[in-house]
Amino acid sequence: MASGSSIDVLGQFELHPVLGGLGEAVRLSQSPVYMVIACALVLAFLFYGMKPAAVVPGRLQAAAEICYEFVRNLAVDTIGPEGTTFFPFIFALFFFILAGNYLGLIPHSFTFTSHIAVTFALAIMVFVISIIVSLKVQGFKFFAHFMPAGAPVALAPLLVPIEILSFLSRPVSLSIRLFANMVAGHVMFDIFASFVIMLAGLGFIGDVLAVGPIVINIALIGLELLVGVLQAYVFAILTCIYLREAVAH
Amino acid sequence: MRLPVTLIRHSLLAGISGLPLIVAAAPGAHAAGMPQLDFKNPLVTGQVIWGGIIFLFFYLALRGWALPRVETVLKNRNERITGDLDQAHAAKVEADKAVRELNETKKAAAAQAQAHLDSVLEQERVSAAQRLAEMNAKLEAEIASAEAGVAAERKRALESLRPIACDVAESLVQRITGNAPDRAAVEAAVAKVAGAGVSGQPAAV
Repeated sequence: MASGSSIDVLGQFELHPVLGGLGEAVRLSQSPVYMVIACALVLAFLFYGMKPAAVVPGRLQAAAEICYEFVRNLAVDTIGPEGTTFFPFIFALFFFILAGNYLGLIPHSFTFTSHIAVTFALAIMVFVISIIVSLKVQGFKFFAHFMPAGAPVALAPLLVPIEILSFLSRPVSLSIRLFANMVAGHVMFDIFASFVIMLAGLGFIGDVLAVGPIVINIALIGLELLVGVLQAYVFAILTCIYLREAVAH
Repeated sequence: MRLPVTLIRHSLLAGISGLPLIVAAAPGAHAAGMPQLDFKNPLVTGQVIWGGIIFLFFYLALRGWALPRVETVLKNRNERITGDLDQAHAAKVEADKAVRELNETKKAAAAQAQAHLDSVLEQERVSAAQRLAEMNAKLEAEIASAEAGVAAERKRALESLRPIACDVAESLVQRITGNAPDRAAVEAAVAKVAGAGVSGQPAAV
């Protein structure tokens, strides 16, 4: 991570082909591998959690049920009765991001949500789905959203471009919010971890001072655990809000 | 209540979202160029394709298999709870019905007993009245026969009194006058006195 005095905080985001030449040929890096691991963990959690299928749930089953009901309530409360249709999608989105964020907190692992390509692809997927649902449910009335109801017609030349711009900026803000949060957290981990190594070079006093960055990194882990779930929640709830607008009559 | 929560959430988001900008602006972050923005690297764009496939399978697995399993368990539990509640409700209705029936039976039995008691009392009252009437009739008959007896006795006594009076009168007259009076005249005189009244001084003979 640290070579000499320079700090390489971005090396952790580099992609390396896996499976040698075959991986290089099919563009397979460690990032998709971690995606598979994240999805497998979520599915395994649900599988083993719900395996007893008990009327009085154990701890793991209760946890799985809480996750299910949390996302279901999120979807149904925000989108409305149509939320049940989108619930599996919101669940997939929420846990894909959450598992990705948390998997990245394990040392020496990789955070696929720290790649703008991944987060932007997710955001564009949400954006496109919300447009498709809008057109399907509302037809051409969908375009009426670009002119706020009750606004004077004279302001239309000003309002319509603003509304279109804000609509188009949705996937950008959605993807950059997640990407930037993840990058920032991991860069800070790296910076403070590098401080420890740099201070270690100062002898005894450095060893004592190095406790500081370690403590900060421990606190940062707590913060990142919060950020990880918060960003997944924000992504999911914004998706729900966009879908509610899409299904609103 | 809703507004402050939203406000807090937004300010929290703004704070956390602001953090990366500070870090991204820090020196060193740009030193090597961000690997994420190296779109010429086929691995960066490859993530999108792989991610799309993986996410699709993840979504399908959740929708078709994992989430319905959870749903089934939750549904079964709800049904069981609802079923138990229904059962308890039915049991309560049954118990209420039994209590009501018991009360009705009790009431009916009490009414029957009361009716029985009333009829017995009535019967008793009637028979007592009858007995009383019979007794009265018997007593009256006895009184009547006794009165008749008394009357007959009195008549007989009165009838037997006249010959005695005649004899007394005859012997009185014989003693006073020395002559035996005419029996018929004596009898007539006695009859006359007797007819004038039994009480008081006898009329002069």
